[in-house]
Amino acid sequence: MIQFTNVFMTYPSGNKALQNINLNINKGEMVYVSGRSGAGKSTLLKLINLIDRHTRGQIIVKGQSLERIKNNRIPIFRRNIGFIFQNHRLLNDRTIFDNVALPLVISGGNHQEVKRRVHAALDKVGLLSKINNCPVELSGGEQQRVGVARAVVHRPAVLLADEPTGNLDPALSWDMMKLFEQFNQVGVTVLIASHELDMIKHMNKRIIILDGGRILDVGDNNKNYINH
Amino acid sequence: MNQFIKTWLTQHAQAFFFSLGQYAKNPVNNILTTIVIGISLAFPAGFYVFLSNAQIVSSGWDNAVEINIFLETTIDEQQATDFAKQISKRNDIADIILIKKDKALAEYKKLSGFTDVLSVTDENPFPNVVLVKPTYKYFDESKTKRLVEELRAMPEVDNIQYDGKWINRLAKIIDIVKLVIFILSTLLAVAVLLIVGNTIRLSIYSSRNEIEITKLFGGTDSFIQRPFLYSGLWYGIFGGSIAWILVSVSMQMLSGPVNNLSILYASNFQLTGLGLINTLCLFGFAILLGLLGSWIAVKRHLCSIEPN
Repeated sequence: MIQFTNVFMTYPSGNKALQNINLNINKGEMVYVSGRSGAGKSTLLKLINLIDRHTRGQIIVKGQSLERIKNNRIPIFRRNIGFIFQNHRLLNDRTIFDNVALPLVISGGNHQEVKRRVHAALDKVGLLSKINNCPVELSGGEQQRVGVARAVVHRPAVLLADEPTGNLDPALSWDMMKLFEQFNQVGVTVLIASHELDMIKHMNKRIIILDGGRILDVGDNNKNYINH
Repeated sequence: MNQFIKTWLTQHAQAFFFSLGQYAKNPVNNILTTIVIGISLAFPAGFYVFLSNAQIVSSGWDNAVEINIFLETTIDEQQATDFAKQISKRNDIADIILIKKDKALAEYKKLSGFTDVLSVTDENPFPNVVLVKPTYKYFDESKTKRLVEELRAMPEVDNIQYDGKWINRLAKIIDIVKLVIFILSTLLAVAVLLIVGNTIRLSIYSSRNEIEITKLFGGTDSFIQRPFLYSGLWYGIFGGSIAWILVSVSMQMLSGPVNNLSILYASNFQLTGLGLINTLCLFGFAILLGLLGSWIAVKRHLCSIEPN
């Protein structure tokens, strides 16, 4: 589903964010990317979502080589991807329904279909009762779950999450990871960037450790990760 | 219906009502902006109405252009009649009135009160006079000059007077006023563009988070642009409405005094308002400026916002 081959990413300032990244994430797989701040976790997700362009190498997502996607085709490509932010980035002047419905409205879904899918997504994250509330009326954990509902409502093939538990306490973080597992179990490819290695080690999923823009280690169980 | 067209129409309808909702969400600022746009549009519209009315008045005067031909005093009444018949055949003369010298003397005696003085001599000092109205509808200095020169060259003619010069000056003044109004209207139209553009620019920057998120979830540029373009449309429609109201109210206030003034000049002139066609033009122009202003702002500022 996602393939990086000799990928380099250097910012215009000269900062080498990623160097010689090679990885392959299969369809329906759930993978964690971990590492210190500045290790390149967020950059990796940004390259997959075409927020930034890699400077060398090849990235293939869902069979499409990203360097061949022209700028005017990026919006269409992004409709295959769900994105979750650390700070949820909800629209505070809209209701929860409007926030979650946004990806469906963008892709032009009809009203009945939008309504049905928004209800289903909010039901999945346990917030159907808050459908007419505004984000500011919800707790941080609830807002993050709305962000998850928004990311999955259009049934993306790939779900990317950038530090989704960064603002949550350990219990809520654990619940959030379990929620991602549920989406993964129905076939969604999930890639989560998180610095909370102690927690994600217990998820029994593949973990890619980045350091200084390079892949330092890759594992798939409860092993002790080197240099971390 | 084709799914693509259906989606396109649905998204337009959503942007249409969403932008109207955004307008209503911030009524004070939006109404103030709209009033400024309305006043800016009302000036050119008012100038246009003023010019139209001025042209109606001056066209009435154009028709009143009259050339007075004073014949030689040696020309008797029969010769004057023959002369009048002769020149009436010209294509550029519409109408002729012959004022015979005896009639002129009688009228003068009656009006001046110099009956005793004039009775001292048997000689009639007045010449026969021919009043000529040209065929062309509007005053044309070059045509009039040509006609006068040709008439002056005729042996029966002693002198020619015509009252066209001041009308011509008025026409020239109106031309200058037209140019001034055109320049002012252009500047005001640019002002409307800037007002709408700046308002939309601020709106774009206050929606920065929303634009970034929309782009992240696959919103195309046209999808994001649409509500802003519709906002420009609303500014145009509402601004045009205010301009129309201002012009109509002004016309209503002025019509009474202008009518009274025209009665004093024995004229049946009445102020003419915008009318249907010009009202439609006003709204069309306002909408065009609103859309253009928002389009410029959107093209200039939207591309600078990318998700990060």
